[in-house]
Amino acid sequence: MANCPEFERPIVELQEKIEELKSLNEGKSGGLEKEIKKLEERLSKVKEEVLSNLSPWEKVELARHPNRPYTLNYVKYLFKDWVELHGDRRFADDKAIVAGIGKLGGVSFVVVGHEKGRNVRERISRNFGMPHPEGYRKALRVMKLGGKFGIPIVTFIDTPGAYPGIGAEERGIAMAIAENIKEIAAIPVPIIVIITGEGGSGGALGIGIGDRVYMQKFAIYSVISPEGCASILWRDQKYKADAAEALKLTARDLKGLNVIDGIISEPLGGAHSDPEGASRLLGEAIIKVYNELKDVLPSELIDKRIEKFGRMGFFKE
Amino acid sequence: MKWFERRKRVEKESKRKEIPDGFWIKCDGCGEILYKKEIMKNLMVCPKCNYHFRIDSSIYESILLDEESFKAEDENLAPSDPLRFRNYPEKVKKAQKKTSLNDAIICGQGKIEGRDIEICIMDFNFIGGSMGSVVGEKVKRAIQRASGLELPLVIVSATGGARMHEGILSLMQMAKTATALNKLNTPFISILTHPTTAGVLASYASLGDVIIAEPGALIGFAGPRVIQQTIKKELPEGFQRSEFMLGHGLVDMVVHRKDLRETVNILLGHLC
Ligand SMILES: [Zn+2]
Repeated sequence: MANCPEFERPIVELQEKIEELKSLNEGKSGGLEKEIKKLEERLSKVKEEVLSNLSPWEKVELARHPNRPYTLNYVKYLFKDWVELHGDRRFADDKAIVAGIGKLGGVSFVVVGHEKGRNVRERISRNFGMPHPEGYRKALRVMKLGGKFGIPIVTFIDTPGAYPGIGAEERGIAMAIAENIKEIAAIPVPIIVIITGEGGSGGALGIGIGDRVYMQKFAIYSVISPEGCASILWRDQKYKADAAEALKLTARDLKGLNVIDGIISEPLGGAHSDPEGASRLLGEAIIKVYNELKDVLPSELIDKRIEKFGRMGFFKE
Repeated sequence: MKWFERRKRVEKESKRKEIPDGFWIKCDGCGEILYKKEIMKNLMVCPKCNYHFRIDSSIYESILLDEESFKAEDENLAPSDPLRFRNYPEKVKKAQKKTSLNDAIICGQGKIEGRDIEICIMDFNFIGGSMGSVVGEKVKRAIQRASGLELPLVIVSATGGARMHEGILSLMQMAKTATALNKLNTPFISILTHPTTAGVLASYASLGDVIIAEPGALIGFAGPRVIQQTIKKELPEGFQRSEFMLGHGLVDMVVHRKDLRETVNILLGHLC
């Protein structure tokens, strides 16, 4: 409750009330079922009301929700025989990006995604999902493994951005991202990109090149954080909500700008309210998109991928 | 063309652009008050400390290319306002008036010592050399032309990164340009000038077959202030400057402005 965004308060309060009644009901061995059912119906209604009227800034808050499922949560629900692969074979294993292979719907997939970590200790060890160059180099290494052995690739994007630090610059964070963008485009297997939380600028794009790019309903994707934009435009972060509006960073905005191919729905209260349900929706989408791509010739995949990003943008001529 | 003629051309171009005003100018490098004419003669480099003043795209054109050899392409490409972003059209108009350019880059063909090349030169005076849809599209087309015409590609970068006013679309220009380079089958020389940062450094600027930096240029992904605020420590001396990048193995060489043309020419002689 302490960490929940303001708009979620009525939902959380109702949920707590229902839990209370339920335990009361158990103690009394029945009698309150009708009351509970009424409250549960009310809860669905409130959820729908709250989540269908979110402002862009509230969507930012939801995308950053501390309980939002991360890559390894989705891996756990969706991918069988999961094997995590570590390290970039050059410098280190960056825990802000995880990579591995697992099976979904009987098909092996390379999975690469940001990982923010759940508790304080984990968040620190994963640097809050902000990768260093070695994270991007690990991602590319494992994705190329997919290319080499004909294994399709899924990436999950959820990062505030690449880490702005001395070591990151010394080891060429810009070069690592640039090389990833170029070289991932040339990997000869289907690549499905899904923005699951925060799509934070170049730090997102470093694993954001693919044949199809999807966003979960409450994910965001932006060239700069609303806070960063506000401090440049208005010299004050307190205008972050205005910046969130101006940047057009919601899934629906990006669909309208032809930057993404589609939106993957989330459970009624958002992915964090039902991680298993969110995983199911994600899994179904991955299988559907994979089936559209699996028979396309590798050379055609690559050409179309380059053309896809080549079309993006608007200008006068 | 002889050296003193080139200097004259640069001098003429600098004068035409009227930068900077007045007879005297203070060097940002050493603080020395210098006679403006002296610096112009020196390709806008401080004769005392070698500080490289920021210069316009048209001056790079006269430094790098044979006289009258530049033929611009896609000059009519101009920004639209897809996000209806606060004050963006006004900002664009002001920049267009100030620079006589439609956006922050010029692209086309030119010659170096008689050799045909495809060249792009960014212009920092246009909204900080930021990359929006026009810059991305022009770079992509230059890459495609270089491939189609089998010309080597030279890109001079001067930029603060992606253009915030075009939001996610400006981020996608990184994808547009960097993925297009997969199809380039000719040599690509990337020249990084002060500053080359963020989204442009994290796309085409870092993907040259050879990467050259001008002395003292700020070259980095994250801005120094952002890094300092994040790590809450003093940044090391010379952090994110060309020489730092060279020391960390991230650029091939640091080249004085007066040697830029000759260096590119020699490199192309080897690579083409
Ligand atoms: Zn000086």
